[in-house]
Formats: sequence, structure tokens, C-alpha cells
Amino acid sequence: MRLTQEGVVFLLAAALFALFAATLQNFLTPGNMVALVRSVAILGILGLGMGLVVIGRGIDLAMVATMVVSVSWVLSLAQASFPLPVALLFGFLFALAVGLASGLLVAYATIPAIFATLATGLMVYGMGRAWLFEVDVQNTPAQSTFFTSLSEITVLGIPMMIVAFGLLSAIIWALLRWTQFGRLIYAIGDNPVAARTSGIAIRPLIVAQYVIASAVSFLAGLVMAAANSGMSTRVYNSTMIYDVLLVVVLGGIGLSGGRGSMRNVLVGTLLVGVLLNGMTIYDIPYTEQNLIKSIILLAAITIDSLVNPRDEQTAQQDLGDI
Amino acid sequence: MNWSVAFSNESVIKFTARYLPRHVVGEIMTKRWIDNAVPFLALLLVVAICGSLVPDFYAASSITDLGRQVAEFGLVVLALSIVMISGGIDLSVASVFSLSVLLSLIGVNVYDWPVPLALASVLAMGAACGAVNGYLIGFLRLRAFLTTLVTLIIFRSLYDILFLRMSTAIMAGFSDSELFFFIGEGLVFGLPVSLLIAGTIAIAWHIVLSRMRPGWRLTAVGGARRSAHNAGIKVRWTVFLAYVWSGILCSLAGFLFAARLGSTGADTGVGLEVSALTAAVLGGTSIGGGRGSVAKAIMGALLILILTNSLVNLGVNGPITSTILGAVLLIAVFIDMRWLRHRTRILAKLYVSPAYLVLPPLPDTAAPDSPYALNDRLRSVEIIGLGEIEGPEDVILDRNDNLYCGTRHGDIVRFFGPDHKKSEIFAHIGGHPLGMAFDREGNLLVCIGGMGLYQVSPDKVVTKLTDETNRSLFSIVDDSRLRLADDLDIAPDGRIYFSEATIRYEQEEWATDALESRPSGRIIVYDPRTGSTRTEVPSLVFANGICMSNDGRSLFFAESWTCTISRYWFDGPEKGKIEPLLTNLPGYPDNINRASDGNYWAALLGMRTPALDLALRMPGFRRRMARRVAPDQWIYPNVNTGCVVKFNEKGEILESLWDFGGENHPMITSMREHKGYLYLGGVSNNRIGRYKIPGADPTWVAEESYWGPRK
Repeated sequence: MRLTQEGVVFLLAAALFALFAATLQNFLTPGNMVALVRSVAILGILGLGMGLVVIGRGIDLAMVATMVVSVSWVLSLAQASFPLPVALLFGFLFALAVGLASGLLVAYATIPAIFATLATGLMVYGMGRAWLFEVDVQNTPAQSTFFTSLSEITVLGIPMMIVAFGLLSAIIWALLRWTQFGRLIYAIGDNPVAARTSGIAIRPLIVAQYVIASAVSFLAGLVMAAANSGMSTRVYNSTMIYDVLLVVVLGGIGLSGGRGSMRNVLVGTLLVGVLLNGMTIYDIPYTEQNLIKSIILLAAITIDSLVNPRDEQTAQQDLGDI
Repeated sequence: MNWSVAFSNESVIKFTARYLPRHVVGEIMTKRWIDNAVPFLALLLVVAICGSLVPDFYAASSITDLGRQVAEFGLVVLALSIVMISGGIDLSVASVFSLSVLLSLIGVNVYDWPVPLALASVLAMGAACGAVNGYLIGFLRLRAFLTTLVTLIIFRSLYDILFLRMSTAIMAGFSDSELFFFIGEGLVFGLPVSLLIAGTIAIAWHIVLSRMRPGWRLTAVGGARRSAHNAGIKVRWTVFLAYVWSGILCSLAGFLFAARLGSTGADTGVGLEVSALTAAVLGGTSIGGGRGSVAKAIMGALLILILTNSLVNLGVNGPITSTILGAVLLIAVFIDMRWLRHRTRILAKLYVSPAYLVLPPLPDTAAPDSPYALNDRLRSVEIIGLGEIEGPEDVILDRNDNLYCGTRHGDIVRFFGPDHKKSEIFAHIGGHPLGMAFDREGNLLVCIGGMGLYQVSPDKVVTKLTDETNRSLFSIVDDSRLRLADDLDIAPDGRIYFSEATIRYEQEEWATDALESRPSGRIIVYDPRTGSTRTEVPSLVFANGICMSNDGRSLFFAESWTCTISRYWFDGPEKGKIEPLLTNLPGYPDNINRASDGNYWAALLGMRTPALDLALRMPGFRRRMARRVAPDQWIYPNVNTGCVVKFNEKGEILESLWDFGGENHPMITSMREHKGYLYLGGVSNNRIGRYKIPGADPTWVAEESYWGPRK
């Protein structure tokens, strides 16, 4: 049996899990398990959307900007005493519009996805900061119970955000696995030219990928706002979008597209979650956590590269060595 | 007055075709530097707009300040560009930059290191960071984007950790080093020191990238990794070194930044990778690799810096600035993609530029008393090497009756005399051998299409004689390289005169040059005594075929598309004179060679047709044809019929040999007389013909006619 990257990462996660379980007293408690999943649920949700786009041989670097701006706008509208459903609708439509714009730029203007989404991210963030809201941090409206219930409601003892993560991964998994749309995404990701030649209207499908990713970002933003009772726009300036990408790639979804599924995202999220949780219990400072996390990520992709060497013939791509 | 008639008037066509240099547009478009036109215009536009909006834009202080920022940012963009040219990407530039700022300040402010030591350690640190990237991407073949993304975060975390521990010490410490201050704030001849340092490095890299082997190898690896590997370039080392250099340049940028500001913050270098990437792409560096230059990096860096600085000065807030930057990135990539995709197509449409050419009325070939009267005398010739050779453009025989010819596979094939049944590959050169001649020592001299003039000695040693001539001052295409040297002959003193058909097209595009019928060919002379090559007669229409006259002071040359053979005196009292000899051939002349009776043979590679003759007077028609009609539908010379004519020095046609209908020898491009036989070659034929000339001298050998009897 070939050891896939997913396998490597899963074994790594399992080894870390075993290590922490053996050395840390509080690690294997139900409460900590919930905290573990909870800490990475937002990253995981974003990873689901990113995973879908990456399978279709794209990349969406605007996800964090979309998440931050659309939800901040919702909160600022709600504070300006708009009814919450209306505000939510506005935010959702805004997110969809961003996805549509990215998708059109990638599919119809044929701008490489990295640049198109990098630019839309910059523009969305700038526009949001300039026109949609004024302060850096938006708090959830106190009079509304929507966000508090989102963070407090549990299903069978499992917090709502974890349920949302699970549900969303199931939906996208089914979408990719069982629908024609999903199969066509794989076809496009595997070989866009062949997909196009065989009559698939690849451009609308590419646009749809980015719209879905943006919608997922909006949901992730709602979960984040509920968890933190607010949304800080400074999140955009952090390395979060890279973390999302790493969750996806770590799990084994190749950036060249056409490979992997939502299971890979879950595996990637699991590793990051176990790591973060263990390090937090060890009381390692945030900056050191970042260092350790990224070194382990580097180890993972290095091992993958050694186990599955790239084919020199197809190694170089038109749009650079991504 | 009827304007449409007035403008379709032939004299107007003639005037515009002669004086309107339409071909210049297409030739400019083939230049590599034309890529820089769009970013350069964008830069001018940005400078003009910002200069008029921003107060004190042109003030000395703001220019000096801009210069210092350009030095730092430009080095980072150059670092990224080098990696992008090699086909990779380096996002970690931002973190290497910030780490270097920190390390410089720790060294100078906290530990009071001497400045050279601090600089050396910073550069070593940058090289080490680059080596990590280079080892992972070059040798372990990890994906560049992903790997440098991770190293970006790793180096950034290192910065954050160190910054937390050292920031107070850096603030408290103070450098009294004058050198450090001088690097950061000093001026030399009114220019910031850091700008001078960065400028020197930029010039050095420009020379490396455009003029030296390491730079060419870098570009080759980025352009086509597999081909570079096959060409023997150490791809992995090249990629590795690209990242190492990227690290070194970024660390130098960080050092300059530290010297200028003397402090660092939590957000130093955050987002630098995005602006550097934007600058690189904006300058025109291709994200796919293989295309990029120092000039592009500088233009991109200037554009981004001027834009962001001006927006800050105008009081535009940060978010809107980032929106504008995003929009600029989008537009830049969009134009870059469109340009790359459509460049060749635009070029193909613009490049072909037909000239105006009037040929005299076709001579009669049907009348029995015409010198060109049709016959089938070449049809039933003996066939040599049928199916063994492809494309014997020229044939030649040595004193021992061995027959030599070129093939399109890049070989010179020798058929052993006297029966020419057996053959061997005499020499492999690699390009299609065209015209051939033996020199006094018995060396075979060959014109190779696309390669130049070569010599094959009797013991099969291949030597390049020349592949370039003097560059003419006003030619836009680089006419120093020989693109289509096609026939040669040797003067008694050993000088080699050879014709080059065209400087505008490659050998396989000869038919497009026929459509143009533009004077872009020439006669070049190579002097073996000095090894020099000079263009002797410029502006000939498809110069094709050269033969020394028996007087040793002049030569005959053919210009295919004007259907003329002329005589040119290169020595003696009439030196420099050109005299048209045959001005109205029924076909397109190719090689010319001596005949045993003191006259000359000329091959006609194809026949004129009334339609093409008429089209030659209508450049607009041919231009539209080239743009709108697929090349296989164009009007071509009729190459289905071959012909050989014999002419004398007075310009009289003595004899015409035809294979009407071209059953055995369509498109005859060369013929050689040897011991009473005429040997026929054709650039598209798969055989050599052998025709018994009635009444010819059965002992005459061309080599003896040139160099005297065997010693």
C-alpha cells in the first residue's frame, strides 16, 4: 500500500495524540476533546470551502477577507438597528457578490486564481474598512440572541459550531461525491483543457466554486462572531489564510487539483487541532506555537515529497510552480 | 474627383509601399524589449498624474527619500524576480527582510558589532534562509509556492519570538557607528548611499541576466525546465542558487532599512511579499518563469512605491490604498496574460509586409523558337540515391568523381564515384546544408540554413567559419546573425562570397518572403586571411545563387523574386559595379554554376504565374491575403516544374532544359556539370538527377576550372 500524504499526516496526528495522551493528564478528557475541535472548527470550515476550490484547480486567497468584511458589515448593520435577518441577508449577498467577482475574474478574464483572489481580498478589505464599517472590532448585538445561541446551543452535548462543521463537511462531501456538479469539479481540476474539450461548460462551474467558497466563508464568519462575541478585522492581517491553505494541503489535497476530498480537510484540521491543543496545555506562547506548527507542516510536505516524488515531466505548470 | 480611384492609383501604391516603412512595425514587435513598453508607459503615466497631484513630488527631499525606499524595495523585488525567472516563487522574501532588519539592529545597537561584521552576518543569515528554500525546492522538488509560504511563516515566527525578547534592548541601545549612519542617511554626489549600493547590484544583475551564462541558464530553467535539463544545465543547482541569491538580496535590503530607520516594529515587513509580487508582475516578470529582467523589476518597484507614497501623501487612508493596489494588481496580471497569449498572433498579422514589385511581361515559353521553349529533356534522366536522401539543395563533385549533397536531416552525404551506387554520411552538421563549393585545398565549404558558413575538410573535420556579419546601423531586426546563407563561391584569392536570402525569415518561411518580395537579402564576404565577415551588397531581393565569372574579378548572383541574374565586380577597375544581366527570366533563379564551354548554368526553382506577377503589383492585396487567408491558400510560385538554363556573359540564353510537369525533377535548385554530365539537385526532392549533356567536354571538372589541374 502506498503511503499517501493523508496517511502520513494522519499517522503524525495519531502519534501526537498518543504522545499528548500519555504525557498530559488533562488531554484525554471529553471536555478537552470538545475544546480541541472547537479551537479549529473555524479553520476547518474555511478549509472546506478552500478544499472545494483547490480540487477544482483554483485557490481562494480572499476567503478571510470575505469572512471578516461580510460579517463585520452584518454586525455593524445590526448595531445600527437594522433587523438582524435583513443584516444577515445583506452580508450573505455581499459574500456571494465577492465570490462571483473572484469567479468571473478567474474564469472569464483568465487571471490566475492566486492573483485574482489576492487582489479581490485586498479590495474587499479596503472597501469594507473605508465604507462599510468604521471601527476595527465589531461586537455582536447584545439584544439579539442569534449569536449567543449559536455559541451556546448544544446537540447531544456537542456545541453548535462543531455540529455546523460536521454538517457542512458532510454536505460538501456529498456534493462532490454524489452530484454531477461535484464530478465535474474533479474533471476540471484534473485537466481543464480536457474537460472543456469534452463539452463541459467549465467557466460557469469555476464561478460556482468561488461563490460556494465565499458562502462558506460567511458561515465561518458567523461561527467566529458567535465564538468571540464579535469580529475583529485585524484577523485579515494575520496569517490565517495561509493556515487555511495549509490545513487543506496538509490533508493531501494537491494544489494541482483533481485530487482529494473533504476527508483530507478533516485530517488536516485534526493534526492542526491536536497540535494547537497540546501546545496550549503545555503553555507554549502563541509565537512559539506558530513556529512549531509551521515546522511540522514543513516536515509533512517534505515527507510527502519524498514518499511521492513529483513527475519531472509534468512538474512545471503554466502558472508557475505552485 | 473620385478619391477611391485616386488612392487606388498605382503611383500612390508605389509611393506608399516605398516610403511608408510598414515592415518596421512588425520588426519592432519582435524585439524582446517591447515587453517593457506597457509597464514603462504605465510608469510615465503614474509619474505624470502623481506629480501633478502630490505637492512637493519633485522636491529634492522627497526624491531622495523615494530613492532610499526604492533601494530597499527594489532589492526585494529583484530577489523575487530572480526566483520567478527560474520558474519558482519566493513568498518568504518578506520574512527574510524583517529578520535581517532585526539581526542588523541586534548586531549594531545591542552588541556593538562593527558594521562590516553585522553586514556579513546578516548576508550569511539571508543566504542560509535562501539555502533552506533552495534545498527544499531545488533538490527535494517541493512546490515553491507552498514551501515558501511555510518558510514565510517560520521565519516570521522567528522574528516575532526574537522581537519580543530584543525590542527593548534595541530601543535602549544606540549605535554610534558613523558608517552605519552614513549607509542609512548619507549622500554621495547628491544620491543616497543605499540607492548607489542597490544600483550597483542592479547593474551587475542586469549584466548577469542578459549577457552571461549563469543568467541565461537561469532563464532557460524557468522557460523550459525539461529542455534545460536535456541541454545539460544543472537544473537543481540553478534553482537552489536562485533562492540563495534571493535570500542574500532580501537580507541586504533589510540591512539598508535598518540603517535608515534604526528601529523596527511588530509589523515590519508584514505584507511585503504581496507588494513585491505585485511589483514584479506589474513590471512584466512572468509568473510562469523564463521571462523577466532587472529593468522590469525596477519599473515594477518604482510603480508600486510611487503609487503608495502618493496615496499616503494625498491623505488617502490605508484601506482605500489597499483597494487601489488590488485593482492595480488585477489590471497588471490581466494585461500580462492577454499580452502573452496574443503576442504571437498579433505579431503574425503585423509582420508580413509585402513590397511593390513590377516584373516585365512573361517571356514566351510556348513558341518553338523561344530560347525558353518547353521540352522534356530532364524527364528521362538517370536517378541517383532515390529515397536515400531528402532535400539535396545543392550537389557537387570532387576530382575523384565522388558526389556530395546535403539533406534536410543535417547531413552531407557522399556517393562514391564513378557509379554513385554506394553512399556514406560524410559529415553531420545539424542544419540543412545548402550551397557548396571546394576551395583550393579541397575543403568542402557549405552554407547551412540557420547556422552560417561551415567548412568540412577531406578528413571529415567540421569547422565553423562564420555565423555573423557586421550589424547594420538602421536595421531593426538583428541582421548580424546569418539566418539563411544559401550559396557561395570562392574568389581566386580565397575570399568566400556567399548570398543570404533574407534577414527577415527562417529557411522554412521562404515562401512568406516570396510573398513579400522585399529587398531583405544580401551578399556577404568572408575573408579567411583575416577571419572577418562583412556585408558587401545589401538590399537584394532573395539573393540566392552565386558563381565566380571566369575573369576572377566579378561574380554572378541571382535574385529569385525579381527573376534577375546580375553581375557584380568585386575587384579590378570596375570594382563595386552591379550590372543586371538577365532581367526577365520565366522563373525564379536559384544556384548558378560554371559550364564546361565557358558559359554558366542557372537553375530555376519555380515558374512565374500571371496571377502572382499581378499580385506583386498589389501590396495591399497580398497583405490582406497574409492576414486573412490560411498560409496553404496563398498564391505561391509554381514549384511543380523545374528548369535549367545556360547563359553567357552577354546575357543571352543559350539553352533551356525542362522537366515540364515536374515528373522527375520538380523545383530544381542546383545543377553541376562534371565530365559531360549534369547533376541536378532540388531542395524538396528525394533524388539526384544525372543528365548526359550532348557534346559536352567529357573530361571537364569544375574544381580544375577553379584551381587548376591536380597537383
